[in-house]
Amino acid sequence: MILAGLILIPFLGGLLCWQGDRWGEAPRWIALATMVAVLVTALALWAGADFRLADPGAAAWLRELRLPWIPRFGIELHLALDGLSLVLIALTGFLGILAVLCSWKEVQEGIGFFHLNLLFVLGGVVGVFLAVDLFLFFVFWEMMLVPMYFLIALWGHSEPGGKTSTYAAVKFFIYTQASGLLMLAAILALVFAHQAETGELTFSYEALLATTLSNELALLLMLGFFIAFAVKLPVVPLHGWLPDAHAQAPTAGSVDLAGILLKTGAYGLLRFALPLFPEASAQFAPVAMGLGVFGIFYGALLACGQKDIKRLIAYTSISHMGFVLIGIYSGSTLALQGALVLMVAHGLSAAGLFVLSGQLYERLHTRDMTRMGGLWGRLGSLPGFSLGFAVAAVGMPGTANFVGEFMVLFGTFPAAPWIVVLASGGLILSAVYALTLMQKVYFGPAQKSSPLPGLDVREYSMMLGTFALVLLFGLYPQPLLDTTGAVMSNVQRLFEVPAVSSTFNLGGK
Amino acid sequence: MPAPLPLLSLGPFALVCAAAVTVLLGIAWQRMHTVSALVTIVGLLGALVLQLALQTPDSAETPLLVFDGLSHFAALMVLGSSLVVALLSHTYLRGYTGPREEFYLLLLCAAAGALILVASQHLASLFFGLELLSMPLYGMLAYRFQSSHSLEAGLKYLILSAAGSAFLLFGMALLYAQTGALDFTGLASEMGPWALAGTGLMLVGLGFKLSIVPFHLWTPDVYQGGPVPATMLLASISKLAVFVVLLRLVLEVPTFRDEALSALLAGLAILTMIVGNLLALRQSDLKRLLGYSSIAHFGYLLVALVIGSRFAVETAGVYLITYLVATLTAFGVVTLLSSPCRTEEASNLEHYRGLFWRRPWLAAALTVAMLSLAGIPFTAGFIGKFYILALAVDAQRWWLVAAVIAGSAIGLYYYLRVMVALFLREAADASRAGRGGHWLNDTIVLVLALLVIVLGVWPAPAVDWLAGLNY
Repeated sequence: MILAGLILIPFLGGLLCWQGDRWGEAPRWIALATMVAVLVTALALWAGADFRLADPGAAAWLRELRLPWIPRFGIELHLALDGLSLVLIALTGFLGILAVLCSWKEVQEGIGFFHLNLLFVLGGVVGVFLAVDLFLFFVFWEMMLVPMYFLIALWGHSEPGGKTSTYAAVKFFIYTQASGLLMLAAILALVFAHQAETGELTFSYEALLATTLSNELALLLMLGFFIAFAVKLPVVPLHGWLPDAHAQAPTAGSVDLAGILLKTGAYGLLRFALPLFPEASAQFAPVAMGLGVFGIFYGALLACGQKDIKRLIAYTSISHMGFVLIGIYSGSTLALQGALVLMVAHGLSAAGLFVLSGQLYERLHTRDMTRMGGLWGRLGSLPGFSLGFAVAAVGMPGTANFVGEFMVLFGTFPAAPWIVVLASGGLILSAVYALTLMQKVYFGPAQKSSPLPGLDVREYSMMLGTFALVLLFGLYPQPLLDTTGAVMSNVQRLFEVPAVSSTFNLGGK
Repeated sequence: MPAPLPLLSLGPFALVCAAAVTVLLGIAWQRMHTVSALVTIVGLLGALVLQLALQTPDSAETPLLVFDGLSHFAALMVLGSSLVVALLSHTYLRGYTGPREEFYLLLLCAAAGALILVASQHLASLFFGLELLSMPLYGMLAYRFQSSHSLEAGLKYLILSAAGSAFLLFGMALLYAQTGALDFTGLASEMGPWALAGTGLMLVGLGFKLSIVPFHLWTPDVYQGGPVPATMLLASISKLAVFVVLLRLVLEVPTFRDEALSALLAGLAILTMIVGNLLALRQSDLKRLLGYSSIAHFGYLLVALVIGSRFAVETAGVYLITYLVATLTAFGVVTLLSSPCRTEEASNLEHYRGLFWRRPWLAAALTVAMLSLAGIPFTAGFIGKFYILALAVDAQRWWLVAAVIAGSAIGLYYYLRVMVALFLREAADASRAGRGGHWLNDTIVLVLALLVIVLGVWPAPAVDWLAGLNY
């Protein structure tokens, strides 16, 4: 029941926020309390769970909820929690709090409806992380787009004379929805293939894992899943929505997008695309890793050329997700765990940078970096935090990003050394864009010399909390690794088994 | 052996006709708007209850009509939709200065025609039902004849519909020439070039009523010009009844399942989905937009006709329910904002700007309807879309799958456009300030919107009911 609670809390909180609009600031407090409740629940589950028990091979859920939903199609309300989903839900809870806090001053119109949308997005994301019925998963996957669309369209920034926030929101929605329907078709094909094989019509993840498919069909269906997840991650040829959506979204929207929504793509790959189609994924791995390397360079190079600070951060996200993609398809436990650490680290550091750019915008009313400059010393401790998060984005040792990137590269090397060599080159570019960001915004000639308002308590504690977590996981990532170790080694084993069996076949011939 | 009582099965139809006669006599005696509306509502409600009570495992048959699961389902949908339209018409017509009572008469006649149509298994009853359904619609569409738009809509529909009927009749004649039979089972006996030609012509005639793409040209103007309740009736029961009878033809008459014809139908389906959605993109009039959207939706529904299996019937049933509920909700909101009748109806999207901040519940209902039409999870529309995709994937019709996906992606754009307009903030315009309607009307629309969500969140009962019907 606690799993259903995790999903229902944000939805109920959202409705309360909507109705709480008539009491002024009440929705903010309701939303804050809701997200704290989610985070606390997740942490309590984390504290009470033992992750070492999982016996190798079997999908072991820590908690499970299973109710019939649409028996006609064998669809169930099946929620389950393991280490991977737990980490990501905790991240969702934390970034949810951050998103509520960072819009405290920024959003002044339609407060209730804003928080309704914000909480619905978060509720949908939690649903995505918990659902292990493919239909249910898809429902949450598509459902979270709607409130996100409203967040971007209604509270976003429109560039004067340029692209409007509605344009960005529609682009985001159509990209993800179209690719999502492709995935739905793939899910259905998989389900019917399973039915043809066993005579049982079911959308259950565990049952479908055992489906045997012909090589071509598996490859096609895997691509259906991959494209949907690749749009969200994003992988480079499918990234078109991301810079616009990020640049136009309100701060809370960017925090959610970068911190959590991108992670649903990686989660989908880890949970569904790889385990359901291990052979096809193994075949596809070189292509995926190639796309990852391309994404690293593409994102980093474009980030170097941006004037808009949020666009810059958006492109760095593309670059970082390239590392995640490589880690996921490397087929080694070390790199898989590295990908997870990197996901968490990027969630925190990108969210931090977006919040900072939101705070800059509140003070300067611009996101154009050419109109900033010389801000060091005029903004209290804000530049200091910026430096911290920028350094984290570079992957400096001591930050969680370093641990993640290092593990990905280290774990991938035995399998694909050239990929690693190329990807490491991308790290140099990340130093270039991070330093450009710092130089353009905080150093150089000052536009004015008058001091601007520094960070207040709310802003200061947000930044401090986020940065503390970046450092914590950078210095002591073991809790993350312990939590997800069993899950990741299961994924890795799936990768290995087909390889073994294929060598058997070769030997037989 | 005594046949099961077809008389009882005819009960709902008889009740609707009796209500029509009562309204007619009432008009002759003394005009009373509310009483006419009440008689209509009571008649339809009684018919609905009777239809619900009729649910029997074995079906009744007459030479002309068949009462099986499919017609039972369709009759319920027809009666329910007519009831909603009747309820909302009362509000809409309150401010109308011309004669108001005849509207209900026409409505009841159309409903009776639809009831015949969905149960017909004979070409004669098909034609009779179709005309009884269409004739009142001409009058209803042109009801506000002072407005040139309404008049244009009525005339356009009249002329093009007559042309469609001509095609249909010619097709029937050819079929008769080949087979010498007019009942569906008799038609099944023989195939031949004339039968095929006749089938093609019938498809043209029925395709016109469904606004399948090359025959869709009338749709936007008629949707836009007609009074909202008339458009609502056109979008709901007229399309539903024609689709059901076409489905029955495809299921029972083999010439309709001919290889070439089936390929043609698949092509039309793809064309209808894509063109309908593309044309809707730039519309700035909500009624027109809904017209194009209905074209696209019947494109999706054609998938069920192309495949024509037992599962396809279930799919069509589910999709029709979800389409009806969402469409009625959307038009319901338009009706409530347009009433009482003014010179211009509130159909331009400008009217809906910032509606959420003036009439939050109505805006929420319209949002739900749009989400459902777009096929977003947790609304009924998603279940419908899921069924269509499942059907197409199961039958391995990959082109249809691709077209459904492409059509949905294009369609999103205009549904989102409507939705975002509802929530935009704008300086309050006094002339468009929210004027509270009667609470009952708002309730109807809200109940419909709630139904959209309930069907989306917990579809199991509806799905099981449809899967259990016999046909």
